[in-house]
Amino acid sequence: MILVFIEIREGKVKKSSLEVMSEAKRRADELKTDAQAVLIGHGVEGLASEVFPFGASKVHVLENSLFAHYSAPSFSQAIISLVEELKPQIILFSASSMGKDLAPRLAAKLGVGLATDCTATACKDGKLEVIRPIFAGKAFATVSFKSSPQIASLRPNVFPLLESGPKDGEVVKKEVVIPEEQVKGKVDEVLREEGAELDVTEADIVVSGGRGMKGPENFDLLRELTSLLSHAAVGASRSAVDAEWIDHQHQVGQTGKTVSPNLYMAFGISGAIQHLAGMSSSKYIVAVNKDPEASIFKVADFGIVGDLFQVIPPLKEELKKVISE
Amino acid sequence: MNICVFVKRVPDTESKIRINHETNSIIEEGLNFVLSPYDEYAVEEALRLREANGGKVTAISVGTQESNTILKKCLAMGADEAVLVKDEVSETYDGLRTARIIARVVEKKFSESNLLMFGKQSVGADNAQVPAMVAEFLGYPQINVVTKLEIKGNSGIAHREIEGALEKVSFSLPVVISAQKGLNEPRYETLKGIMAAKKKEIPVMTLEELGLKDEDVAPLLEVTKMESPPQRKAGKIVEAEPDEAAKQMVKFLHEEAKVI
Repeated sequence: MILVFIEIREGKVKKSSLEVMSEAKRRADELKTDAQAVLIGHGVEGLASEVFPFGASKVHVLENSLFAHYSAPSFSQAIISLVEELKPQIILFSASSMGKDLAPRLAAKLGVGLATDCTATACKDGKLEVIRPIFAGKAFATVSFKSSPQIASLRPNVFPLLESGPKDGEVVKKEVVIPEEQVKGKVDEVLREEGAELDVTEADIVVSGGRGMKGPENFDLLRELTSLLSHAAVGASRSAVDAEWIDHQHQVGQTGKTVSPNLYMAFGISGAIQHLAGMSSSKYIVAVNKDPEASIFKVADFGIVGDLFQVIPPLKEELKKVISE
Repeated sequence: MNICVFVKRVPDTESKIRINHETNSIIEEGLNFVLSPYDEYAVEEALRLREANGGKVTAISVGTQESNTILKKCLAMGADEAVLVKDEVSETYDGLRTARIIARVVEKKFSESNLLMFGKQSVGADNAQVPAMVAEFLGYPQINVVTKLEIKGNSGIAHREIEGALEKVSFSLPVVISAQKGLNEPRYETLKGIMAAKKKEIPVMTLEELGLKDEDVAPLLEVTKMESPPQRKAGKIVEAEPDEAAKQMVKFLHEEAKVI
């Protein structure tokens, strides 16, 4: 059996968890087993039905009022109790912020190896095999496991959603007893800015700016573009972040985030090796840069040699036309 | 406050990574190795906390003799001591192994340390798993990807970065913290610091001294293949009037790529 941790944020099931559920189902079919899900929270039973269409044969709901606030020690303790009971051969997480925080705690509890942030999975000799980018994508390692259960976290926005499963299924609800002293380092609150933007790792389209943006105020041009497009986020190169034009949360590249959106739009980004590592796995890349020799053009599917300040206004108009159609 | 900072030697981010396909490892020859960038934020934060609260900062690296260069850098930045935990096994990409070694080092030699600092991940293996694993082995809370840290007495508050927001986390010591870019601006080493660091001895600990046998720390992951990323083909580049160029780009996005 493959067990998938389903993440709940602010009362909603995260899309990246459903991507993992879908991938788990594909591997489970191949291994002639089933994929099940685990939800942890307080009053989250109602969300179980959202998981079935993505391939869960059963959804386990672990409830405790303490789970209203995430903490890795308490969540991993809850999963352990289920793992001991169900003995899954594979446990999968999304490599989201929570998944990356929780999966290693669980792996350490179980004393098993963990493959982080995988971009492909396969079955080999009845076991899981994964591919994970290393050096922020400058190399790819194929990794197999020498311990069991095999635990991996999967990169958000990479694995396609499956949506053919049944609308309903068996929900197994359990009250989990967690001593309060085990809840160490608990989240008191989530601080979100008013009108906070979508995270670059979760966006379908990333509109990024670099040194060519010339100043923080010009990032508004990119924000205008993202507001036209659906599920788009603003990204930035390291030099724009280091110049303090935009917060580092937006940085794409080796000391920032690695992204694989459907479309990556690079404005005034030369394409330093660290940046290219972080975005080269995007499905499509387009770039606007003054310098015809800029490295970004070596990876772009479509490039414009020109002044971004002259290109963005007509680009906006053209996009509006196409979108309104 | 006694602080341990765990640091790793990695190829700098400018590096082109070449692969030895026989050993499924990277070719180290010709690479410039540095203190992993996120570790620098951890060292800086440790130094600031010591400056505010007193205490001692110890920089610790698990690795080969070559890791002494990054430990010297930590000393030059202002760390009080540095320790090399000698491990001749090269990069295994298995965080559990490293975490077991580090947890043992803390138990045996630094059990009085109430703050264990890490970078959020090494730039290289990109595992982002050692801090949480160490926290689990020691029974400490963990706060990963931290951009703000305040410690008063025996407790503290940290801001941890998540998708598009921050989590405010309260904790009590001892604790494991992993640093994210934005936590601080790391200082440069001073000439005086570099000179002083040169004179400092870096004691070496072996796995044997720590009571760890090979089988205790055998890697549980195996890299069976390592490859360079697929080369992207350069696409169409236009040099036209902005209006015309923009029109062509949108046509490409809409009709060919079908992403808009």
